[in-house]
Amino acid sequence: MTRRKHNQTARTIRIVGSWIVALIVFFPILWMLLTSFKSELDAFSMPPHFFFAPTLENYEQILARANYLHYAWNSIVTAGGATILGMIVAVPAAYAFAYHPTLKTKNVLLWMLSTKMLPSVGVLVPIYLICRDLNMLDSKTALIIIFALINLPIMVWMIYTYFRDIPYDILEAARMDGASTGQTMFRVLIPVSRGGLASTALLCLILSWNEAFWSLNLTTASAAPLTALVASFSSPEGLFWAKLSAVSTLACAPILVLGWLSQRQLVRGLTFGAVK
Amino acid sequence: MSARIRKRPERLLAQPAIIMLLVWMIVPLAMTLYFSTQYYNLLYPGKSAFVGLENFAYFFTYPSFWTSILNTIILVGSVLVVTVVGGVLISVLVDETFPGQGIVRMLLISPFFIMPTVAALVWKNLLMNPVSGFLAWVWKLFGATPVNWFADWPLFSIITVVSWEWLPFAILIFVTALQSLDREQMEAARMDGARGFAIFRYLTLPHLARPIAVVVMVEAIFLLNIFAEIFVTTNGGPGDATTNVPYLVYTQALLEFDVGAASAGGLVAVVLANIMAVFLIRLIGKSLTEKT
Repeated sequence: MTRRKHNQTARTIRIVGSWIVALIVFFPILWMLLTSFKSELDAFSMPPHFFFAPTLENYEQILARANYLHYAWNSIVTAGGATILGMIVAVPAAYAFAYHPTLKTKNVLLWMLSTKMLPSVGVLVPIYLICRDLNMLDSKTALIIIFALINLPIMVWMIYTYFRDIPYDILEAARMDGASTGQTMFRVLIPVSRGGLASTALLCLILSWNEAFWSLNLTTASAAPLTALVASFSSPEGLFWAKLSAVSTLACAPILVLGWLSQRQLVRGLTFGAVK
Repeated sequence: MSARIRKRPERLLAQPAIIMLLVWMIVPLAMTLYFSTQYYNLLYPGKSAFVGLENFAYFFTYPSFWTSILNTIILVGSVLVVTVVGGVLISVLVDETFPGQGIVRMLLISPFFIMPTVAALVWKNLLMNPVSGFLAWVWKLFGATPVNWFADWPLFSIITVVSWEWLPFAILIFVTALQSLDREQMEAARMDGARGFAIFRYLTLPHLARPIAVVVMVEAIFLLNIFAEIFVTTNGGPGDATTNVPYLVYTQALLEFDVGAASAGGLVAVVLANIMAVFLIRLIGKSLTEKT
């Protein structure tokens, strides 16, 4: 009897504790969202206002004056382009590794993983100079190629682990029926693993959207994505908090929603297939 | 692994990926290596010359260089400790089912999807500003003097922001890993009178050993590259208090236009990452062979 009561209390404490921790972790995002609906004056008020007359003024100004859509379009093109390019290269590679392995396949996969460990600054100077000489500074094409390359190892690994889970018999059966490699891939393999492929693409999209090292160093205006637009709010210290919050909310909301929808599937990609 | 399989032309499908990564890795790295032995400043383009190891000598005697290495190690180390310890505790806390569990987990992993520039600026202004920031209000609530976080505790502030970004990653991985923990074994242990801590120590923690290794590896890769958070908040300062290796190389390359010195610094970053990578790849490689 007392044991049960004790368990009940422990459980309640645990649930309350979970909620408190979750709200603390989430608070900065919530606060940003609230601030985005405040007037600049309210945003600075001390003590902070939890209740205030909400306004859409910041969003209107961001859309009208800060040229938000230009940056959003750049983010969509670079992240989307990198995802498409990455998938086109990664799917065939994963196919070869999963179904036609050689003695070296494991080492090649590990080597791919190791390229991910090459720090970006190690190649900053040459990449910057190459882009300058090819007239590709501040170009979306350069960002697409770079984003695709930095995510390629993750994508190959992730798709590889999905393909490995598909029984080879299914492919063999298709081949017996006279299907070519291309047909087997497009008619059998890709439909069967579309869930895995979709989460791989999503992971690449999220990581590219939030990438900030190359997008800050290689763009100035015409190709600058949202990460760079947000960064431009850093200079006049603390002048436009409400607008900063509105831009940030717009820039993060789509990715946050995508992340919520796919949290479980992302684990596999983020851990190179080691945790499922 | 018969000869029949090996001859299959399908193997060529892997070539584009391999070649692209090879080019991406070898060409710039070779150029970095070459530039690091040159005197080459973009402001004086005609004057490049071979200088041997002078750029490295310049870097090694440059006080900010050692600070930046130390800062990098402190940053990576602290964030790893905070996220792994915090991640394990929180994921164990939210492991048992309860009403609203789904929402709690959603809230917990959210910061991971926030872009670095947003995370850094929201923390620096809305939360950590000494005059109008939320934390200043909390401090006043308890009768304490608000702290000027980014001015007085710059590296700590950066660590806080980065930990907030990466804690959700650890939670996400550990929560997923815990779902495959054998419940029956846990129930049996409980029947035998094992209490909370013993279960955690002898069942949960061993089960999480591999996920922890993976989290450390993946985070280390990204944490060695932390740049945007510093770029939009402290610019490496005050002084060089928050300058890590990536930021130092950036200042040499794109602010001082000293290609030679920046390349030497870049190579140091590569060596630093490689020392880490050797251990980590071995770890992951081992867990791969265990599985197959």
